[in-house]
Amino acid sequence: MENKTRTLYMIPYIGWIILFVVAPIALVVYYSFFDIHGNFTVGNYGKFFTPVYLKMAISSFWYAFLITIISLAAAYPTAYLLTKTKHKQLWLLLIIVPSWVNLLLKAYAFIGIFGAHGAANQFLDIIGIGTKQLLFTDFSFVFVSVYIFIPFMILPIFNALDNLNPSLLDATKDLGASKWTTFRRVILPLTLNGVKSGIQVVFIPSLSLFMLTRLIAGNRVITLGTAIEQHFLVTQDWGMGSTIAVFLIIAMFLIMALTGFRRRGA
Amino acid sequence: MKKLMQAFIAVLLLSAVLLTAINRLNATEGYSGENTLTVFNWGDYIDMELVEQFEEETGITVIYETFDSNEAMLTKIQQGGTTYDIAVPSEYMVQKMMEEDLLVELDHSKIPNMKYLDERFMDLSYDPGNKYSLPYFWGTVGIVYNTKLLEGKEFSSWNDLWDPALENDILLVDGAREVIGMGLNSLGYSLNDTNRDHLQEAYEKLTKLTPNIKAIVGDENKLLMQNEEAAIAVVWSGDAADMMWENENLDYVVPEEGSNLWFDTFVIPKTAKNIEGAHQFINFFLDPEINALNTEYVSYSTPNKEALKYMPEDMVEDERFYPSPELTERLEVYENLGREHLAYYNDLFLEFKMYRK
Repeated sequence: MENKTRTLYMIPYIGWIILFVVAPIALVVYYSFFDIHGNFTVGNYGKFFTPVYLKMAISSFWYAFLITIISLAAAYPTAYLLTKTKHKQLWLLLIIVPSWVNLLLKAYAFIGIFGAHGAANQFLDIIGIGTKQLLFTDFSFVFVSVYIFIPFMILPIFNALDNLNPSLLDATKDLGASKWTTFRRVILPLTLNGVKSGIQVVFIPSLSLFMLTRLIAGNRVITLGTAIEQHFLVTQDWGMGSTIAVFLIIAMFLIMALTGFRRRGA
Repeated sequence: MKKLMQAFIAVLLLSAVLLTAINRLNATEGYSGENTLTVFNWGDYIDMELVEQFEEETGITVIYETFDSNEAMLTKIQQGGTTYDIAVPSEYMVQKMMEEDLLVELDHSKIPNMKYLDERFMDLSYDPGNKYSLPYFWGTVGIVYNTKLLEGKEFSSWNDLWDPALENDILLVDGAREVIGMGLNSLGYSLNDTNRDHLQEAYEKLTKLTPNIKAIVGDENKLLMQNEEAAIAVVWSGDAADMMWENENLDYVVPEEGSNLWFDTFVIPKTAKNIEGAHQFINFFLDPEINALNTEYVSYSTPNKEALKYMPEDMVEDERFYPSPELTERLEVYENLGREHLAYYNDLFLEFKMYRK
C-alpha cells in the first residue's frame, strides 16, 4: 500500500523531469546532427573543433573561471562576517534583495555608472586618477558579472557556516589550535559543500552569459552563449547552435561531477 | 488541514476572477469588426492627428497598437490572437511573411494614390510588383558622428573610418549584413556579393578597423551616442534622425561608395478582418498632402514623390535624408541570399568579433 502511494506521488516528478529535462536535452542532441539544409550530418561537431569555436570555448571558460574565483574570494569572508553579526537574517536579506531586480535593468544601470560621464569616472576624477574607459572592457564585464552572481555564492556558504556547530570551535580553542589551524582544519572542511554548490551555481550560468557580453563588454568578450544566440536567431543554423549547446551540457556535467558527486571521506 | 484547503480555494477563486478580467480586457482591446481597424505599427511612427482625421472622414474607429521589433511583430501575427488589419514590417520581414503565407494580396485598384510613389522605390527584389507591400518610409545605413567631439572632422567615405586618429571611437551595429556590407562597400563591392574571395577581402579589411572600434552594440547605440559616450556610430538613418533630435552636436552622412536601402512597408496580414478599411487607410496615408504632414511629424524619408512638394524645402533638400540621385543609384536593398550564403556572412562576422581579442 505504502509503496503504491509512493509511486503515485512520483508521477508528477517523473513527468516533469521527462518533459522539461530529458526531452529538451534529447531534442538539442537530435538537432545537433542536422546541417542548415536539414540533412543528417556530423559536420557540426567537426566545425566545433575549428580554431574559431575552440578559442571561443577557451575564452568562455576563462571568464567563467575568473567570475567564479572572484565571487568566491568576496563571498566567503562576507558570509563569515554575516554569521557573526547580530541581525544576520536581515543583513542576508539586504544582500539578496538586488538579485530580485531584473538583470537587464541592472545592466543598463551599469552602462550609466561606468560611462564616460558616469558616477565611477567622476569619482576617479575627484580622487585625481582621471577618467578612464571603464565601459566595454574586461574589467567592467567581470565586475558586473560578479555583482550579479555574488548572492548565489554567498547563500550556500552562509548556510554552511551558519550550521557549523559552535562547540566544535570551542573544542579547537580548548585543545590549543591557532585561529588559522581552526579555520583550515575545521571550518573550511565543514563548509566545503557550501563552497561547492556556490561554485556550481555561479560557474555554470556564467559559461553561457550572452546579454552582458554585448551590453557591458560591447562584444569584446565573445562566449559560447553569444554564438548560440546568433545561430538560433540570425543564421537559423539550429544544428550548429545545438552542437555548441551539447558541449555546454557536457561541460556542466563534468563540473557537477568534479564538485558535487564526490562524497567527502569520513 | 482545513486552513490549507481554505487558502487553496481562495487562490483558485482569485485566479478565476483574474482570468475573466484578462479575457475581458483582451476582448475589448483586440476587437476589430465592421467599423474598426486595428493598426500595428512601430512606436511613435505616425501622426495621431492624421489618424483622427482618417476616423472622421471614413467613420472607421482605429485601434492603434505598437511593437518595437520586426520579430516581435511577426510572433504576434503568427499567434493570431488579435485581428490586425495593417502592419508595418521592414522589407526583409515582408519577404519572410510572404514565404510563411501571412499576407493578403493588395488590391491595387483600391489604392489609386500609389501612383504618387517614386518608381525608384517600387518593384524591388523583396516584393516584385508590390503585390503584398507598399513602402511607408525608407532610409539608409550611414555614419553618425559628433562634430563637437571630433572638432569638425568631416566624413564622406566608408574608408574615412579607417583613419588611425579615430582610435577607440566607433560603435558598430551588431548585425552581420550591416558590418560585412560596410566592408564590401568600402572596397566597392555590392552589398549582396556572394563571391567568397570578395567576402574574405572584406573580412580582412574589417579586421584592420579593430583598433578604432569601441564596441559592437544593439539599440543601446542611441543612448550611447546621445550621452557622447562615443564619437562615431554606424547606424540606420532612422536611428540617426532620433539621435540628432536628442543631441544637436550629431550629424549624419551616407558614404559616397553606396550603402543599404531599407524600407518600412504597409502590409495587410492574414489576420485582417476589415480588408476594405485597410485599403482605405493605406490610400489615405499615400495622399500627397497627408503624407507630407505625416513625414514632417515622423521626420524619416518618404518614398512619396508628390508629397515632397508640400514639405518644407530645407527638409526635402537635406541630402543626409534625401541623397542625390547619383548616390541613390548606388544604394542597394538587401537581397535574400539564401541560408548558405547568410551562414557564411554570419561566420565571418563571428570571426571578426573574435578577432578583436
